[in-house]
Amino acid sequence: MTLLLQPGPCRRSGEKMDSEPLVRITGVAKSYRRGSQLVPVLEDITFAIPSGEFLALMGPSGSGKSTLLNLIAGIDTVDSGSILIGGEEITGLSEQEMAAWRSMNVGFIFQFYNLIPVLTAFENVELPLLLTGLSRRERRSHVDTVLELVGLSDRMDHYPGQLSGGQQQRVAIARAIVTDPAIIVADEPTGDLDRVSAGDILLLLDRLVREFGKTVIMVTHDPRAAEKAHRVIHLEKGLLVTDPGFHDSHH
Amino acid sequence: MFFLKLIIRNTMRHPLRSLLTVAGVAIAIIAFGLLRTLVELWYLGAESSSATRLITRSSISLVFSLPISYRDKIRQVPDVTAVANANWFGGIYKTEKNFFPNFAVSDNYLDLYPEFMLSGDELKGFRMDRKGAVAGRKLALKHGWKLGDQITLKGTIFPGEWDFVLRGIYRGSERTTDETQFFFHWDYLNETLKRTIPRRADQTGIFLVGVKRPEQAAEVAQSVDDQFRNSLAETLTETEKAFQLSFVAMTEAIVIAIQIVSYVVIVIIMVVAANTMAMTARERISEYATLKTLGFGSIHIGGVIFGESLAVSLAGGLIGIAATYPAAHWIESELSQFFPVFRVTGETVLLDLLAALVVGCVAGVFPTWRGVTIKVADGLRRIG
Repeated sequence: MTLLLQPGPCRRSGEKMDSEPLVRITGVAKSYRRGSQLVPVLEDITFAIPSGEFLALMGPSGSGKSTLLNLIAGIDTVDSGSILIGGEEITGLSEQEMAAWRSMNVGFIFQFYNLIPVLTAFENVELPLLLTGLSRRERRSHVDTVLELVGLSDRMDHYPGQLSGGQQQRVAIARAIVTDPAIIVADEPTGDLDRVSAGDILLLLDRLVREFGKTVIMVTHDPRAAEKAHRVIHLEKGLLVTDPGFHDSHH
Repeated sequence: MFFLKLIIRNTMRHPLRSLLTVAGVAIAIIAFGLLRTLVELWYLGAESSSATRLITRSSISLVFSLPISYRDKIRQVPDVTAVANANWFGGIYKTEKNFFPNFAVSDNYLDLYPEFMLSGDELKGFRMDRKGAVAGRKLALKHGWKLGDQITLKGTIFPGEWDFVLRGIYRGSERTTDETQFFFHWDYLNETLKRTIPRRADQTGIFLVGVKRPEQAAEVAQSVDDQFRNSLAETLTETEKAFQLSFVAMTEAIVIAIQIVSYVVIVIIMVVAANTMAMTARERISEYATLKTLGFGSIHIGGVIFGESLAVSLAGGLIGIAATYPAAHWIESELSQFFPVFRVTGETVLLDLLAALVVGCVAGVFPTWRGVTIKVADGLRRIG
């Protein structure tokens, strides 16, 4: 990792795939066991996401959108089907391989920020860099850059408890992009914020797509948030009900 | 370094909870340390006994006396270098609360105990005075006795008021030497008994037999006992250590009970600490899931949880060990009549450390396992 926030494909794929979408999901199914019953959450999901797209996943509670996001992000495993990211099949990876893959290719933004409360904003953003071979000085330089990008350079020594919700989410975004991942997954990133802060966060996500070519996949209930996306996919009862297709609506 | 910082900050996250857990571990370690010291004290007499001293007593029981005439016969046994005799007096100084061991001893008794250090003048003064007595340094200090003071003991085994003049104050050559004993002349006791209870005169509780080398002990003991076989007062001769251990054996059940209690204390705090750590880990499951999401592995997450458990219990352990010393000192100074020597040994400190380490490890096992095995998606669902 020598460059910071450069547009590009997944690192393990090695080359940009202009002809192939960044994410290709084919026939994915997932179910959870509740007692003795198997409850289907996703059934036969197939769609693709090109590099540099801002995609919104919408649907009512229990429709499986967060589960789908988790599967794309490699923090849950499919029952059947295939997920190709940057040309690499991630469904067959072991837990350890998946963790390494995630740390290099995916940035995470959560509804409740998921910052470590005993670490300062700087230290929270530095966390993912601890898994890289960067020196302390290099880490500091990366963290300074992303904190400046999210407008929190003056708050780097603050603990999450000393920041507002919007500021905490911006720290979370800084943490998500500090390793320069190809994909950023955001699970209800504005769900816990007021309208102004939510607007700021959406602008920031949009900027990541436009200026840095990141691929953002966002789960949201909020139609106003979905408006910012290039494409909106609707899920209902585990089925994909609306997908305009990326060729039609992309950019 | 980063994770050490995280462990320390996590430990301080709920200051009251951490403080109470550390205090709990510290108190348990103090209790454990003091109880272990008490058990060691039980064996102190045996540990500090000499291999060149034998004790000859009645083969029936220690409560039966032996004729003083045996002294010369024992002296004639080959390889015996000296024979002294002593009687448990059981006198009370003012009230029963002031208990201390007091013995009527022969003039050469102290020669066989080089660990009781007495100046030449004091020893001479003691020997010159028929009513002379020698007391240990701690005993004299406790009662404010000075040389020349008159001390009166009320006899329990030997009725009457017994007056003595303090002629010597001995110091122990070792830190563990008992400095709370009181000695006076057996001749004084015997002469008085001849006048008051003649049937109890010319008898003694034990003979102290000195040999030159430890390897002569078994043969000499056998020879002494053979001398008095089939007599009216048969003897049992054993090493001083065996003699002391026979006292320990009489109270072995108490020693075992104390040992069990000391371990129970550790088990209790182990359960309490494990509960606290489990509670802590449960609260932080979403954080562990977040760390996993970011790519951190089991070694990092396990290390943070286990490290916190170890940090809390070791902090408690170290505070406990540090506090054990003043506690032991207080017991030694305030309860010297029961615990003349109450010193925490290096072995006890090591056991304390080991106990704290075990508490930390056991308390950390379950939360660590939980944190390490939590599925990321499940852990993240716990948020909010």
